Amino acid sequence: MSTSPQTLTTKDVAKVGLLARLALSEADLERMAGELSKIVGFVSMLGELDTANVAPLAHPLDTQNVFRDDVPAASLSTAEALQSAPRHDGECFLVPAVLGESSAA
Amino acid sequence: MQPLEMSAVDLVASLRQGDITAVECATVFLDRIEATNGSINAFLAVDREGALARAADIDARRKAGKPVGPLAGLPVALKDVLCTADMPTTCASKMLAGFRPPYDADVVARLRRADAVFVGKTNMDEFAMGGSNENSAFGPVRNPWDLSRAPGGSSGGSAACVAADMAPVAIGSDTGGSIRQPAGLCGITGLKPTYGRVSRRGLIAFASSLDQIGPMARSAADCALIMETIAGHDPGDSTSLVVDVPRYTDLIDKPLTGIRIGRVPEHFAAGLDPEVAKGVEEAFAVLMAAGATVHDVHLPHAKYGIPTYYLIAPCEASSNLARYDGAHYGHRAEPGKGHRAEPGGQRSAGQAGGFESPLVEMYCRSRAEGFGPEVKRRIMLGTYALSAGYYDAYYAKALRVRRLIRQDYLDAFQTVDLIGGPVSATPAFKLGEKTDDPLAMYLVDLYTVGTNLAGVGGISFPCGFTKSGLPIGFQLQAPPLAEPLLLQAADRFQRLTDWHRRRPQAMEGGKA
Amino acid sequence: MSTNTPYTTIIGLEVHVQLMTRTKLFCGCSTKFGGAPNTQVCPTCLGLPGSLPVMNRQAFDLALRAALALECTIAPFTKWDRKNYFYPDLPKGYQISQFDLPFSSDGFLEVVDPKGAFEPRRVGIVRVHLEEDAGKSMHDDAAGTGDTRIDLNRAGTPLCEIVTQPDLRSPQEARAWLNELKLLLVYLGVSDCNMQEGSLRVDANVNLHIPVPATAGAEARVAKTPIVEIKNMNSFRSVERALTYEAARQWEEWQATKAEMGKTPKQTRGWDDPAGITRAQRHKEESSDYRYFPEPDLVPVTVTAERIQSIRGGMGEPPVSLRKTLASQWQISAYDADVLVNQGRELVDYFEDLATRVGEGKVASNWMQQDVLRILNETNGTVSAFPVRPAGLADLIGRVKKGDFDTSRAREIFAEMVTSGRPVDDVVAGMGISAVSDDDVIALCRELLAANPKIVADVKSGKEQAAAGLIGQAKKKNANVNPGKVRAICLDLIREMG
Repeated sequence: MSTSPQTLTTKDVAKVGLLARLALSEADLERMAGELSKIVGFVSMLGELDTANVAPLAHPLDTQNVFRDDVPAASLSTAEALQSAPRHDGECFLVPAVLGESSAA
Repeated sequence: MQPLEMSAVDLVASLRQGDITAVECATVFLDRIEATNGSINAFLAVDREGALARAADIDARRKAGKPVGPLAGLPVALKDVLCTADMPTTCASKMLAGFRPPYDADVVARLRRADAVFVGKTNMDEFAMGGSNENSAFGPVRNPWDLSRAPGGSSGGSAACVAADMAPVAIGSDTGGSIRQPAGLCGITGLKPTYGRVSRRGLIAFASSLDQIGPMARSAADCALIMETIAGHDPGDSTSLVVDVPRYTDLIDKPLTGIRIGRVPEHFAAGLDPEVAKGVEEAFAVLMAAGATVHDVHLPHAKYGIPTYYLIAPCEASSNLARYDGAHYGHRAEPGKGHRAEPGGQRSAGQAGGFESPLVEMYCRSRAEGFGPEVKRRIMLGTYALSAGYYDAYYAKALRVRRLIRQDYLDAFQTVDLIGGPVSATPAFKLGEKTDDPLAMYLVDLYTVGTNLAGVGGISFPCGFTKSGLPIGFQLQAPPLAEPLLLQAADRFQRLTDWHRRRPQAMEGGKA
Repeated sequence: MSTNTPYTTIIGLEVHVQLMTRTKLFCGCSTKFGGAPNTQVCPTCLGLPGSLPVMNRQAFDLALRAALALECTIAPFTKWDRKNYFYPDLPKGYQISQFDLPFSSDGFLEVVDPKGAFEPRRVGIVRVHLEEDAGKSMHDDAAGTGDTRIDLNRAGTPLCEIVTQPDLRSPQEARAWLNELKLLLVYLGVSDCNMQEGSLRVDANVNLHIPVPATAGAEARVAKTPIVEIKNMNSFRSVERALTYEAARQWEEWQATKAEMGKTPKQTRGWDDPAGITRAQRHKEESSDYRYFPEPDLVPVTVTAERIQSIRGGMGEPPVSLRKTLASQWQISAYDADVLVNQGRELVDYFEDLATRVGEGKVASNWMQQDVLRILNETNGTVSAFPVRPAGLADLIGRVKKGDFDTSRAREIFAEMVTSGRPVDDVVAGMGISAVSDDDVIALCRELLAANPKIVADVKSGKEQAAAGLIGQAKKKNANVNPGKVRAICLDLIREMG
């Protein structure tokens, strides 16, 4: 990524595009580089605030410890599970062949 | 009185008394939709058959003396961001065109049990991202007060539908103002409850820590009625509050004596339309006449609300929308056809051009084809702000400022019970006016994002009209779980004024 | 450093175990193994639009149990995070896991080899955290369609990820440690750790530390080869084989290239069991940017000291301390205790029941190892289905003590008890075994002595051991005689002869 966080190059945008799995044309890359740079520049105003002693607030609630019991609930039928699948064989979802190892994690 | 002119409260009573049948009632609204939707485009899907069947069933049960729900026969429109098992749910996106979820959202299930009659799914900004309902893949919604103007967004369809009497109530969702701002621009009443008051299960997520579902109607009293049905703990939503639901309809008819309302001087900076400013000041005057007192309060970090929101929301959205990849549901690009990155377009290091595998190609093209430009922009922004090296400066930083913003509210509510002010800096703007400048569009949320960031409740309702006849909205914000007070104050205002009863000229006589 | 190799092998393990809950981590779908594809799914584990997760309390409790047994520190405050990446077996496009505040950290598990093949090794645990499993992708090469089939039954199953310090020093240690971990987790009812069913998975990280002698220009130092992550090992044996292969490969590579661990990302290699080699896997440069952030759909969890106490209370005794307890309580050797404990809680319960009835540990332990275990292994049976219960076996052992028959006869009887399921008395009667009266034994002995003058003469001249030759003849005449009795009576009779 470019060293100046406020300006994105088309290379930066292409890298983000791949992370986000969005196909982007040359024209898209150019346009997005401009738009995102402008937005990132704008949101960077948060840097004006000294938040060294402020903890992040990920949830607006103070709720903790929400659990459910280990009790079975109704599952969907296979037909329901596959009803919106772009491609399936009646049992499984079908996707283009995945090369190499299973789950990247 | 004609059903189209009645409040939801009165309609429900009428239906209960048998003055009108559910089928008659539904027919009136369905006919209205048919006559007007062409020019407004508030609805993406109308379920005439289903609604009439439902209504007939309710009438039959009532006739047989069987119990019916508290909203029996009331026509309700649902923002197309809510999962309905019997109607498509598209989020106004090509990505979910024709998608049918195999389950109902919790709110939808509650309304069904209450015997509401769903007339259809309303248009919205795609995946709830926008402030004008111009980001819909199925055409913009037009403001019934002036068809050349936007209704606001993202619940533009729901707002317009109520304003044009296509339904007495609609359900919307609010992440940064998406109920309150369109309500303000369309002259209706919209409530965003405290975060966690209403279950998010079945609400197609935009930004999970900010989203809330809420009622949109002609009055606070109508909103109160709907809240009694849709609010409440849902064990299927971990962020749902375990708090009893008050009988809102019983609580709203109270005077405002002793209620302290905050007025934020910073709200009245340059950029606030003078007519809006005047309308807002007049609203304060009405509230004072009703017995409330008005005090200056400060929300020192208010100006950081937009940048904070436009980091947190896109970051969460970039993750929430990752599931739309063409693998298990939604749009999948045809292999070898359509939009394709130009050779050399994918300039990530290590790639000569094109995609590294057919699977990656499927993901990239499906998402590029399925999502509109604003959705892509926010996904890109969120992905960037969460990525290695940028997380601390952007996302983590925004979470810290969020705490400051919430603290501002908690501090302010030490001295006042409510905070009043504008809901939008301008009245409804022209379609196309802001679409060239994303940042300009983001600024329409100026007065509303703080509510979501802090997780508190807010309501907007009409407080006047501009000379050119456009509605002016007023917003009240309250501490957590103070929905009764919000509804009470808005209701009291609406007993003393009649802005909320006005109807668009263009709509009178049932003609578009 | 091993005396056999000019380098030290440094091994760390990353283990994923599926927790033995009835339902998934965030929804009520069943976790049962082997169901037809996509029959155990719902909006939540399918990642349908609008779906939300709710944490399974039992999963968290089992995870706590595992962490406590691994001597970890439990975090008083813990939260979940999203790990974002795209893969078809991950329907939400992110995995709900734990990043910077896992619920436990800083533990250890020791492995000891009773035969002393390696020194006792205490392996540090960096962290144990709780996350959801992904679904299964099946590559259908045979069908030749170029499609991959996705089954999401497994998606959402609760997993504990256990990450060790790089404290293991040989493939043998690693295998033994995994066995010890499995034993522990099975004992605690946390997981069934069945690699064939995928309820336990292992990835290994390995590199070599090579002493480099001082030269004119440099001091002596330790060179480190680049760390390699090995995936796709499907059994503990594979783990040992893969690590053995990889260590040797890295040594060859070091000698050829002298390449040391640097700033390049960790290399991943897949183990090919049939071929017996590891192969480099294509490196995806952006796959490591998971863009972790706090999961907004889940609220944090706080763990009190009371909760920890309550979990400890319900845990049961882990193998490490159970071995010591058995050895001291029943006076059996450490080796014997080890054998019993390693067979699992059920067998230990059987043993303790038996030893209590018999009144001593050693005899019970011998019968367990030489007979019960042997038969279980031969028949591939389980303790719970074993036809002879501790009471029946104790009965038999009591009869041997009384002298009704000797041990070897008793083992024949036992075998018949196992096959027929009948109690001792029935079997004894059925086999025509009856106690031989003392008079009959004496009569028999007189017969034998009369028939074996040479043996009598040998005994008289001081070679008492010659009497052993009479026992085989005695048994041929009457299988039911107690050999010990025969010997004693014969010797008496010979002494009486003067």
